[in-house]
Amino acid sequence: MLRDEDRIFTNLYGHHDWKLAGARKRGDWDNTAALVQLGREELVNRMKASGLRGRGGAGFPTGLKWSFMPKETGGRPSYLVVNADEGEPGTCKDRDIMRHDPHKLVEGCLIAGSAIGAVAAYIYIRGEFYREAQHLQVAIDEAYEAGLLGKNAANSGYDFDVYVHRGAGAYLCGEETALIESLEGKKGQPRLKPPFPAGAGLYGCPSTVNNVESIAVAPTILRRGAEWFAGLGRENNTGTKLFCISGHVNNPCNVEEEMGIPLRELIDKHAGGVRGGWDNLLAVIPGGSSTPVLPKDVCDDILMDFDSLRGVGSGLGTAAVIVMDKSTDIIKAFARLAHFYKHESCGQCTPCREGFGWVERVMDRMVIGNARVEEIDMLFEVTKEIEGHTICAHGDGGSWPIQGLIRHFRPVMEERIAAYHAKAAAA
Amino acid sequence: MSHFRIADDADQPKTFAFTPDYQARVDREIAKYPEGKQQSAVMALLDLSQRQHGWVTRAAVAHIADMLGMAEIRVWEVVSFYTMYRTTPGGRINVHVCTTTPCWLRGSDAVTAACKSKLGIGFGESTEDGQFALHEVECLGACVNAPILQVDDDYYEDVDGPATEAILDALLRGETPTPGPQVERQTSAPVGGATTLQSVGGDD
Amino acid sequence: MPKLTVDGIEVEVPPGSTVLQACEAAGKEIPRFCYHQRLSIAGNCRMCLVEVKPGPPKPQASCALPAADNQEVFTDSPMTVKARKGVMEMLLINHPLDCPICDQGGECDLQDQALHYGADTSRYAEVKRAVQDKYMGPLIKTIMTRCIHCTRCVRFVDEVAGVPTIGALGRSGDMEITSLEQAVASELSGNVIDLCPVGALTSKPYAFNARPWELTKTESVDVHDAMGSAIRVDSRSGEVLRVLPRLNEDVNEEWLGDKSRFAMDGLKRQRLDRPYVRKEGKLQAASWPEALQTVAAKLKATDAAKIGAIVGDMADCESVFALKGVLDGLGVTSMDCRQDGAAIDPSCRAGYILNTGLAGVEDADALLLIGTNPRVEAPVWNARIRKSWLENGLKVGVIGENADLTYPATYLGAGPQTLNEVANGSHDFAKVLEGAERPLIVVGQGALSRVDGAAVLAAARVIAEKYAGGRDGFGMLHTAAARVGALDLGFVPGEDGRDTAGILDGAASGEMEVVFLLGADEIDPAKLTNAFVVYQGHHGDRGAHAADVILPAAAYTEKDATYVNTEGRAQRAYRAIFPPGEAREDWAIVRALSGALGAPLPFDTLEALRTAMGEAVPYLDAVGALAEAEWGDFGTAGDMADTPFASPVRNYYHTNAIARASETMARCIEELLPPATEATGTDG
Repeated sequence: MLRDEDRIFTNLYGHHDWKLAGARKRGDWDNTAALVQLGREELVNRMKASGLRGRGGAGFPTGLKWSFMPKETGGRPSYLVVNADEGEPGTCKDRDIMRHDPHKLVEGCLIAGSAIGAVAAYIYIRGEFYREAQHLQVAIDEAYEAGLLGKNAANSGYDFDVYVHRGAGAYLCGEETALIESLEGKKGQPRLKPPFPAGAGLYGCPSTVNNVESIAVAPTILRRGAEWFAGLGRENNTGTKLFCISGHVNNPCNVEEEMGIPLRELIDKHAGGVRGGWDNLLAVIPGGSSTPVLPKDVCDDILMDFDSLRGVGSGLGTAAVIVMDKSTDIIKAFARLAHFYKHESCGQCTPCREGFGWVERVMDRMVIGNARVEEIDMLFEVTKEIEGHTICAHGDGGSWPIQGLIRHFRPVMEERIAAYHAKAAAA
Repeated sequence: MSHFRIADDADQPKTFAFTPDYQARVDREIAKYPEGKQQSAVMALLDLSQRQHGWVTRAAVAHIADMLGMAEIRVWEVVSFYTMYRTTPGGRINVHVCTTTPCWLRGSDAVTAACKSKLGIGFGESTEDGQFALHEVECLGACVNAPILQVDDDYYEDVDGPATEAILDALLRGETPTPGPQVERQTSAPVGGATTLQSVGGDD
Repeated sequence: MPKLTVDGIEVEVPPGSTVLQACEAAGKEIPRFCYHQRLSIAGNCRMCLVEVKPGPPKPQASCALPAADNQEVFTDSPMTVKARKGVMEMLLINHPLDCPICDQGGECDLQDQALHYGADTSRYAEVKRAVQDKYMGPLIKTIMTRCIHCTRCVRFVDEVAGVPTIGALGRSGDMEITSLEQAVASELSGNVIDLCPVGALTSKPYAFNARPWELTKTESVDVHDAMGSAIRVDSRSGEVLRVLPRLNEDVNEEWLGDKSRFAMDGLKRQRLDRPYVRKEGKLQAASWPEALQTVAAKLKATDAAKIGAIVGDMADCESVFALKGVLDGLGVTSMDCRQDGAAIDPSCRAGYILNTGLAGVEDADALLLIGTNPRVEAPVWNARIRKSWLENGLKVGVIGENADLTYPATYLGAGPQTLNEVANGSHDFAKVLEGAERPLIVVGQGALSRVDGAAVLAAARVIAEKYAGGRDGFGMLHTAAARVGALDLGFVPGEDGRDTAGILDGAASGEMEVVFLLGADEIDPAKLTNAFVVYQGHHGDRGAHAADVILPAAAYTEKDATYVNTEGRAQRAYRAIFPPGEAREDWAIVRALSGALGAPLPFDTLEALRTAMGEAVPYLDAVGALAEAEWGDFGTAGDMADTPFASPVRNYYHTNAIARASETMARCIEELLPPATEATGTDG
């Protein structure tokens, strides 16, 4: 288990003062100028050396992403955009950062912003996080007041602004280009790539979009050293990570743990175990709703990091662990997710717009068994017609859960169909 | 998402203007964005108009479009795309039940049932006196405190049927129950106390 | 120049090309719905997916992917074909199976491509989506259940028309295209019907009229404004059923104004289908010989100085040439083709055409519009100005009406005073013109149809010479399809001859005894009550109401004829149907009249006429081409009044006799131009 002194989010649960005074006591804003003054190259190199992979779900190396930002911009300003549109079902980690440790994020904005040559950061926070946005705004106001933001921010010689932009209810805005569109005052529909945000992002200017957690851990990584962070977890899967454990556990919770912690340990140590004991486990969605479900036998010894989960056909995603015990109607659980992906499709691309409506309807029939067995294969094929055929990854994210269900729980679906027809025949 | 609907003409006020207080907030929002990029403020302005009037009216859309130099249809696209804008006069208090899988696993069906029976309305409906509107919403991003009942800007967490009824009762009495977990628990820490952060000293 | 292979075929494409364009260059057809070369790239239909190496292990949208060196593109690999079939299946699951009652049937992209990529049966067993139809005005019929959400219409009104009134509301499968129950208030709205790849947006006036395979298609040119847009006239059984734009990059690209497209129902109404002669104060049906004899007798009995002739806005070159021949033979010198009295100087061709060509505005970096509102005078060209603004940052200044042109224009002032300020360099916009590399000065009829028109024209010439290099930065925008051709043919007052105003005033005062109107309807008929009026034309409009003899003629869809557009480009219209009843082609009527006069014109056929006309004015023979005109002195410097310039087009939908006879145009006026358009948000 991760030692407390290696935990970054020491006010994860809000036991302490979340404002500037409390944050300073926890070590935030401690000689930030020295970090900023390391300069772009050094900051990027150190982040690369830390091995930090983006905490928003895709796991793209953060330092590498920062290095894509052009030095010559043709007079255009550059922007840091922070993705606080947390909405992947199962995920609620950024919420805790913003309400209990907002200064980690704000300080991270300044440091990351300077590392990519940005003039400002826009933090795009989901609209429903109204109270969290208030905390964040207070933290920003405090930082300006204390000279930590604005002209010569934190006496670093760097000018930097941070703004909060509230969303208004659209999961899709968590996709980075949809988020940028939304930030520009439009519908949150993903953009075609190329151009990528580093070339032409917000207002057509070079932009980097990073998850809240990725930015909020940056100051600590840089203070304690890239080697410290890289020394946690294992190669290519380094550092600490906020895990969200929801569903059928005794004590659902958020917790910061070391990358690569065994799933079972995570659940048993922090969430009080699976309801009814480990043997009552049916399945786990390991990294937010888009990551394919794992049946119990995989859960028994799987490690929670990018590479091991990829190795079993799933993913770490946002590290949001959704636990389902044996009482779960697994088909219904996924039918509900099918509804979610249909509801949250932006409507742009044909396969996603049309396909998820189809998937949802078929899944609704699968719940009661009113289907033919061949339709399970058809359903799988339909998700394959969506996956990889759309502008953004929503098509993939909505297809994988259904594919995972069919891969691991096809017999349950067949039984349900058989039972339905048996009942219908008897009636 | 159900079909987007704009309130009937009969319900639409003819004009809209921000009050001085709201106008000050509007100005602050617009000032966040670079010159010429004031369209970025459209979401904030729609939200403010909704906070002022209770819902987004045609006149407010026209006013905001005019303020930001946008075509009205572009503003309507924004209004219709995001779920938090209400375009019909609903209830003064908006109750949202998250029914996405993590909440459903933890018993959101009971929360839904409690809301429906207590308020006597279904999802997408409002009470006859206009006091409450009930909405089904997708994942609210607080899954380790599921199920979630969102009332206007606040999350009521770890609710069940009886807790939901108690919250609604309090609201009906005109009280504002304390948001957050409705069980003994510190925010997102496990029930029974945190398993971590024991050795890190307090700061206050 | 990226070099890549498409299905093994090596192609080299211009930098900035997309993979889709590279595929086309290799002769590979790529199916698409959302992609349109004149609209921004949406990339949403996903029909154009192709396999590309190197790249991710999934197919790419070829419409949005930049072509790059060493790419290998596969348009019929298993990955590509599978992707296309999948997308097609998705497009069809919620698309209704109502092709038999769909007006798009037979010319539907979805129908065509479903033949290639669609399955013969559907695996989709769920309830199909049904979408409520939307109101988009008098021209666009909507059947929104058919919509495939390609957003071409949204992008067209936003980008090309510059009237962003259509949007895609909602999201996911519930997304709906709508104009929020408002009529699409653009003069170019009908183009969305052509753009719609399915039957969601169809032509309201044409609804259930015909199947495409029943129609006879005649390629022709439009005469509702002076652009000479390329059109296709679709007819069946002697009836024009619809008018569509044809591609002509130099003129109209592929767009068409709503009047040009939809006024054609006016071709069937209020037609003059037999000759009439006024007897005992009443117009009575007559035979052709009787009518012609009556006219000939009157002409012969009248002093040539007391005879005048006015050519209308839709007259073709052949009839103008013939009529001028007759008048010359009689010694008549009072003739004019400028019904509006525009002070155009016929002596210098460069002074009355758009010397840069319509496309030239795309090369311009500054544009000064004097007394013209191109949005209503030439809407398709207006879209081109907008394009130039969008793509090149064209700076537009306006002297005249402060109208919404659909792009930002600096309003300089209302009339001559501002013109003087620009001419003498004291106005700010003079600096814009000075700083521009290719400025363009365009004078409209609104600046010229006034007492001081000649002085205004002279001032415009001075500005063009001072800032824009004279000819290559000067142009005139006409509103009448007949105008340039008639000017070229010299249909203007000869020695001691009267112009339009002179003829009309003379008729009112009794000095003019006979007035011949060749389709002239935009005049005040009250001035003609004392004169003997001959009206040759196709509609019982203003001119005919004043007539003593009516010679029924052919409309532009009913004759082979030459028109010269505002650029000075001679183009040919072709007969799609025959004129109604006893009506005849115009040149033939004039030829017959010359016979009745005993002085037959020296041609018996259209070909012979054209040969003679080409000898007289050679560029009328050079159909389709632009001839350089010589710059010279035009206009007459002098005092100008303070009165503001006003566009001659007060009502876009009613500028000529055909449009005034059109029920569709009447509906447009009712639904698009009422004062109610001022009040917002009250209907819906």
